Amino acid sequence: MSNLSTVAYLVSSVLFIMSLRGLSHPTTARRGNFYGIIGMTIAILTTVANPGVLSYKEIGTAFVIGGLIGSVIATRIQMTALPQLVAAFHSLVGLAAVFVAAAAFYNPTAFNLGTEGNIPLGSLIEMAIGTAIGAVTFTGSIIAFGKLQGFVSGNPLVFKGQHFLNLLLGLSIIGLIAKFCIDQNPEFFWLIVAASFLIGVLLIVPIGGADMPVIVSMLNSYSGWAAAGIGFTLSNNLLIITGALVGSSGAILSYIMCKGMNRSFFNVLLGGFGGEQAASSSGGEKDDRQPKQGNSADAAFMMKNSKTIIIVPGYGMAVAQAQHALREMGDLLKAAGAEVRYAIHPVAGRMPGHMNVLLAEANVPYDEVLELDEINRDFTDTDVAFVIGANDVTNPAAKTDKTSAIYGMPILDVENAGQVFFVKRGMASGYAGVQNELFFRDNTLMLFGDAKKVCEDIIKGLED
Amino acid sequence: MSEISNQLENLSFKAQQLADQANDLASTVVETSGGHSDFLIFGITVLVLACFVGYYVVWSVTPALHSPLMGVTNAISSVIIVGALLAAGPIDSTISKYFGLVAVGLAAVNIFGGFVVTNRMLSMFKKKS
Repeated sequence: MSNLSTVAYLVSSVLFIMSLRGLSHPTTARRGNFYGIIGMTIAILTTVANPGVLSYKEIGTAFVIGGLIGSVIATRIQMTALPQLVAAFHSLVGLAAVFVAAAAFYNPTAFNLGTEGNIPLGSLIEMAIGTAIGAVTFTGSIIAFGKLQGFVSGNPLVFKGQHFLNLLLGLSIIGLIAKFCIDQNPEFFWLIVAASFLIGVLLIVPIGGADMPVIVSMLNSYSGWAAAGIGFTLSNNLLIITGALVGSSGAILSYIMCKGMNRSFFNVLLGGFGGEQAASSSGGEKDDRQPKQGNSADAAFMMKNSKTIIIVPGYGMAVAQAQHALREMGDLLKAAGAEVRYAIHPVAGRMPGHMNVLLAEANVPYDEVLELDEINRDFTDTDVAFVIGANDVTNPAAKTDKTSAIYGMPILDVENAGQVFFVKRGMASGYAGVQNELFFRDNTLMLFGDAKKVCEDIIKGLED
Repeated sequence: MSEISNQLENLSFKAQQLADQANDLASTVVETSGGHSDFLIFGITVLVLACFVGYYVVWSVTPALHSPLMGVTNAISSVIIVGALLAAGPIDSTISKYFGLVAVGLAAVNIFGGFVVTNRMLSMFKKKS
């Protein structure tokens, strides 16, 4: 690699760092994205200028086809489907990493890795590790995609000996890598790929739908480590730096998500949380209490006469596509003189920051949307808290009931507001399978119905 | 006549052996002192430092923009297209080249998809007017 291209790759790395840095504030974020695009362009052009790269026509064709597919999908995708889109994209990075490693193994001279059958040990190890991570990312992301899209059941799939099987597979991958490094046999290369594909599936199937934010972030991290692994094979710093940036980004996001649920990363990975299993284990005591039920006219009347309102949206809002109706309701309330703000729990939605994007899409200004620690104290001075599509993240039991599955999870203190409206389809419990204490509080009124329909009814009530 | 040709054959065999030995020697030199093993330590240094940079940069990202962050990181992790291009580069058609071309296509889906979807998300974030 000439010095010139090394410098160009360094410039790309710096631009990538700056692109992430730009995301520290919405005003600089678009410029950040632009830096990323420039960085990628420089990286690609520098590589194409490499004397070993000659088949411009074929490369151009592959690039244009891929680029078109990517652009069309990204332009058409609905914002509610963002998590599955990201999961699908992660799977492609993983698969691409496997292909690059395979290409390096079959034609090491193109990468300055010696000759076929005579690849240095260090490169073999890096290649094998890069391949394994890439393959796990590929199948893991496909399962995550399936769960988010609904192709695969969102319920955790748990069976006996699952973790033992994973351990066995993990050990066998290590064994295969060792064998591969000694023999340099293509068979072992593909066995590593196959075993990693399998473990990717097995790692994600036991994890329930609402734990997907952690998993999507984790796979994001894996795709970075796969890129870094390939960077070692190619002796390329750009790939290592970028891989490390992406890897640490995904790891931090997973950490934030776990903290938002007061669960350890390990606990999430072991899976089996939520879904039917949890519901049956905690549903032992039958609850005969009846919550107070209100209607949209009551809600419209009360909110019209309130000074301060905090809206707490959750994934249910996204499912019902209620964000536009919700924003319209908020606008009418603002016109009536109320201060309207939105409170976002860290794990609301199916990926980090998902709810913020959905509200932004519905034209809610970002300075009205606040994070848990920014707004949680304000509930005490708030007239109305309007919970729509959220459940577990508002359950006061998380603070008091030590036996609860969600004990210790940070929650939005909606119960401190003067009046709570809780929009919900029925009395079913949330993801954690825990009954929400909030329903039976004196200051809570339940508004049963589809989130979008309820908002539209309230809008009618406000307009009258 | 046959003796000379025998001797020639012998000679060429020895020459071949010598060449092989030289080759072996060269590759050992490359392995022990040459680029690669040096790069491993160098690469690990870069990796660790980059992790620190990533740590501080990512914590400074506002939580409201965590979805765009995933979009951008998804796009830039496709920088493995660098490896794909090198593999797809040679003129002669080998299996390795086709692997490279597939990887170029996959990475291109991600690069365009990632940047476009991030741009779409970011264009929605507006301040109170």
